Amino acid sequence: MSQTTSDRARAARHVEPIKPPKKGKNSVVGFYQTAIGKKYVMAISGIMLLGFVFFHMIGNLKIYLGEDDFNHYAEFLRELLVPIVPRTVVLWLMRGGLVIAFVAHIHSAYTLTVINKKARPVGYQSPRDYQVADYAARTMRYTGIIVGLYLIYHLMQLTWGVGGTEFERGDAYANVVHGLENVPIALVYIVANIALGIHIFHGAWSMFQSLGLNNPRFNSWRKYFAIAFSAIITIGNVSIPIAVMTGIAK
Amino acid sequence: MKLTLKVWRQAGPQDKGQFETHQLDDISDEMSFLEMLDVLNERLNQQGVEEIAFDHDCREGICGTCSLMINGQPHGPQRGTATCQLHMRKFNDGDTIVIEPWRAKAFPIIRDLVVNRSAFDRIIEAGGYITAPTGSPQDANEILVPKEAADAAMDAAACIGCGACVAACPNGAAQLFTSAKLGHLNLLPQGQPERLKRTEAMVDVMEQYFGSCTNYGECESACPKSISIDFIAQMNRDFASSKLRNRRLQGQR
Repeated sequence: MSQTTSDRARAARHVEPIKPPKKGKNSVVGFYQTAIGKKYVMAISGIMLLGFVFFHMIGNLKIYLGEDDFNHYAEFLRELLVPIVPRTVVLWLMRGGLVIAFVAHIHSAYTLTVINKKARPVGYQSPRDYQVADYAARTMRYTGIIVGLYLIYHLMQLTWGVGGTEFERGDAYANVVHGLENVPIALVYIVANIALGIHIFHGAWSMFQSLGLNNPRFNSWRKYFAIAFSAIITIGNVSIPIAVMTGIAK
Repeated sequence: MKLTLKVWRQAGPQDKGQFETHQLDDISDEMSFLEMLDVLNERLNQQGVEEIAFDHDCREGICGTCSLMINGQPHGPQRGTATCQLHMRKFNDGDTIVIEPWRAKAFPIIRDLVVNRSAFDRIIEAGGYITAPTGSPQDANEILVPKEAADAAMDAAACIGCGACVAACPNGAAQLFTSAKLGHLNLLPQGQPERLKRTEAMVDVMEQYFGSCTNYGECESACPKSISIDFIAQMNRDFASSKLRNRRLQGQR
């Protein structure tokens, strides 16, 4: 009993921190060592990835204009800013930027999750439900993992040509059509793109909050923006496997 | 009304703890939630059983001492009120009510439903004040405050530091508390000189104890003072300003 009493007294006096105090560094590195800094990195890399996802979808919609337009667009990406810079240089620079954004996005997500697990080592023992957090917010980790795995498969299939479907370098249109004619593969694309839509719905709202972009004048528009942006991306992307399966694009 | 209570009992911080079930059949719907617990404790006392320890003080929603996770919601099902302002008429005859302490690494359980919330005090110590010479009061209108700023600062200052935001947050984050404490100073002229320094100091201490924000908004819905997560955005911006362009350090080494 006296043991318990002294334990109580200690718990009333002392609280164990989850991480040691930081030395005052004002550099970008020091900023990234804080949780709020990681959220900034998450938001900024997220914006880069949203930009990529948006233009990737716009480009992919060329599939509705036919084979020549689609392949011309694919070739154009390699010839961006030619002859100022040699062929494919801009493409590789953009790819490099995207790799950095992905690594930053995933690393910040992982390290923040570790912090959050430490902050509540013993969970609630009674059932508890979210009151306001929407489905998208609660499933960020899972939709993120789904999108990441899908991305690897997508690159294997349509960039490296090792995804098991018919692939010929340079004929992007045929590769897409051959790749998505297979119904299970098309379903994977549809499911993964819905997961992507759910992921960016929360991200496109959340980034404003993380970056401190908050003003009564535009606050109500942040949610509408997120709804519109994720809806456009999801509809645009999901339409392509459906178009191939239904023979609209062949 | 008849009620079944499942209350968390834990003798000390190292104890495992478990739910204990109590039947109550003489509860008036005009009682407050804490009065209902008083009735139960009175009965336990008569039976010679150790009473249930829970935190309470003013019982009028301004001190921030009461806590309690009631049926999985901090301060119970009623929005914008603390546990002490929750009345039994919000429940139905025959209900089962589950009561648990708040759970976070930074809120160690002392006993039963009582947790140590002094990590909040560490955050306040780091900068939740203004450095001003005291003495005879200055003229009331010497420092002009825009009405909007005064209103917003007052909304932030409504924070009673109860910890419901941490309890509600799936990440055990204290962003709403810290940002409210920052907001009520950082919005006013008197808070400006130390704005960035204060933000950085309080956030750094917060991060030593608590998790990080994922913008769920659970804290806002649990807050007995309905403090907006807009203050979190303001804190994020001020913190980035402090880390990346701290005026105090400009031109200095």
